[in-house]
Amino acid sequence: MKAGTIHGLGVSPGVARAPLARLAPPVVTSRADPVTEEPEAALARVEWALGAVAAEMAERAERAEGVAADILSTTSAMAGDASLVAAAGEQLRAGSPTGHAVTLAVESFCAQLEAHGGYLAERVTDLRDIAARAVALLAGVPMPGIPAPGHPIVLTARDLSPADTATLAGSDVVALLTEEGGPTSHTAILAKSLGLPAVVGCRAAAEIPAGVPVLVDGSTGEVRIGADAGSVQLGATALVVPAASGPGRTRDDVAVALLSNVGTLADAHAAAATDSEGVGLFRTEFLFLGRRTEPSADEQTEVYAEVLRAFGERPVLVRTLDAGSDKPLPFLPLGEEENPALGVRGLRTSTIYPEALSEQLTAIAKAARSAGRPVRVMAPMVATAEEAAAFVATARAHGLDDIGVMIEVPAAALRADELLDVVDFVSIGTNDLGQYTMAADRAAGALGHLLDPWQPALLDLIAMVGAEGRERGKPVGVCGEAASDPLLAAVLVGLGVTSLSMAPVSRPAVLAELAGLTTADCVAIAEAARGSVGARLARAHAREVRDERWSVPA
Amino acid sequence: MSSGLAPTPPSRSGAEHAVVSRTVTIASRVGLHARPAATFSRAAAATGLPVTLSVGDKEPVNAASILAVMGLGVAYGQQVTLTAEGTGAEQALDSLAELLASEEDGQ
Repeated sequence: MKAGTIHGLGVSPGVARAPLARLAPPVVTSRADPVTEEPEAALARVEWALGAVAAEMAERAERAEGVAADILSTTSAMAGDASLVAAAGEQLRAGSPTGHAVTLAVESFCAQLEAHGGYLAERVTDLRDIAARAVALLAGVPMPGIPAPGHPIVLTARDLSPADTATLAGSDVVALLTEEGGPTSHTAILAKSLGLPAVVGCRAAAEIPAGVPVLVDGSTGEVRIGADAGSVQLGATALVVPAASGPGRTRDDVAVALLSNVGTLADAHAAAATDSEGVGLFRTEFLFLGRRTEPSADEQTEVYAEVLRAFGERPVLVRTLDAGSDKPLPFLPLGEEENPALGVRGLRTSTIYPEALSEQLTAIAKAARSAGRPVRVMAPMVATAEEAAAFVATARAHGLDDIGVMIEVPAAALRADELLDVVDFVSIGTNDLGQYTMAADRAAGALGHLLDPWQPALLDLIAMVGAEGRERGKPVGVCGEAASDPLLAAVLVGLGVTSLSMAPVSRPAVLAELAGLTTADCVAIAEAARGSVGARLARAHAREVRDERWSVPA
Repeated sequence: MSSGLAPTPPSRSGAEHAVVSRTVTIASRVGLHARPAATFSRAAAATGLPVTLSVGDKEPVNAASILAVMGLGVAYGQQVTLTAEGTGAEQALDSLAELLASEEDGQ
């Protein structure tokens, strides 16, 4: 292939330039391979090979952290699944060669997953990687792995498996380019968490010879080849965007705290180990859901204190119990409701069971004292300024002093001025605010287009809250899914949002996006989105303005 | 990691044990995809009982097999039925049902 430009899907922002290196292709098995052993002996070896792959994945999971560890331990469980050995056994008894029996067994499960589409279908990469490793073991050849030439490389492959991507940290790889894969593939997820630029779904990458310099733009999906990659010496690299780490800020140096959503103690410890600037949403439901009796004040105190200690100097925002008729608890019976999403839930529960809220606030205040750390609290499902004021009064009476409410109900957004007058801060829950704005149940799959966070009506409500917050100098956060989409994060900052809380895996991409845009750029992008009819155009117009304005951070 | 940890249902019918089942709504926002399926199948295997999982009119599958569980393609909000028999089946299904009814990584 000559010099030129090809395109794929940019899934992890950043630009890098280096010679291309290809992942070694796996051993291909065939029905025509020689049958060299009896089915029973072959099955014993297959069980050994799959067991060895499971053990290797489990061992790598222990050495990895966060998302990579999760993915590897799940892959280990799949490799160690007795159903896989059983399926290979059937193939062997039907006369299949040993290695091919593993391929066929794995492909039978791949077919099931592919039939479901989406996230499950993308997991076939993990399964095929298990087969490739087991087949390599059975054939006595080295397992596939990442080339290590000793100079920077852009790694290319049909798709990358978790085992490949998990060893990327600290390797020679400066960018990823795959022929297949989508926005939720492992390549995308892990590239983001490592801050590596990545382009996926680029079929034409198959034709680039190894060793040719390429420039990969993980934001636009553009891949420039050979001379078009710029004057780069073989073996040299220009990693234009530095690894995404440090505090969140715009190009003009305005701080936007990039916080973590945390739902369990394990989440809290994992997030605390990252650059995360604190917790923007600590969901306390995990302490309550699935239990027959209410957790004691002591148990609650201990858990809250552990989270506060894990984050040290960084702020932690605890959301009071968000349960009710939509998430029923045996010890807070509320009876059946026709529309649980519109029923007694969140803060509303405290009108019937004030002691449960009081006990939780007592535990939060006690945890702050025992950990020696400040704590922030907020209530979910607040509709009016009176409710907000009542919550603030109750929380103050328990010795708390940084008190806010969530904006999830359109009424609260419309009257954000009144709410902001009585609280210290607000945090917008875009998932529920979207559901209530569009009158579309979050659980209804057929209404997905209405629940798109790019709906201009939702952006309008967020803009109202942002403007009122800015006028009063009070923080306005976002802790819904919207905060984890880099482009939408820029829109939110343009609408006046001062902090974004998300799953830690999304943070590097959002960090890199904001670092390349000034606040004025964010305002322009937000205006383009709000000036559009419908979610699809809002996203497209925002993307156009962003692409004109985003530039490599200084 | 042991590769043979999955007990294979159906088992012999222990005359003294009734077959018990629980129907539960999936609370994980992402459905029973890879990670929630791994957590669930590990817990199912740990009960030491032959537990099956079924959804709709599909054939029940071995709940201890992560691949079989993922193969069902269970989505958020879907109802699934757990079935088991043997000593401690009631408690085992209660705890598995609680696991499925708790939101693992949703919002």
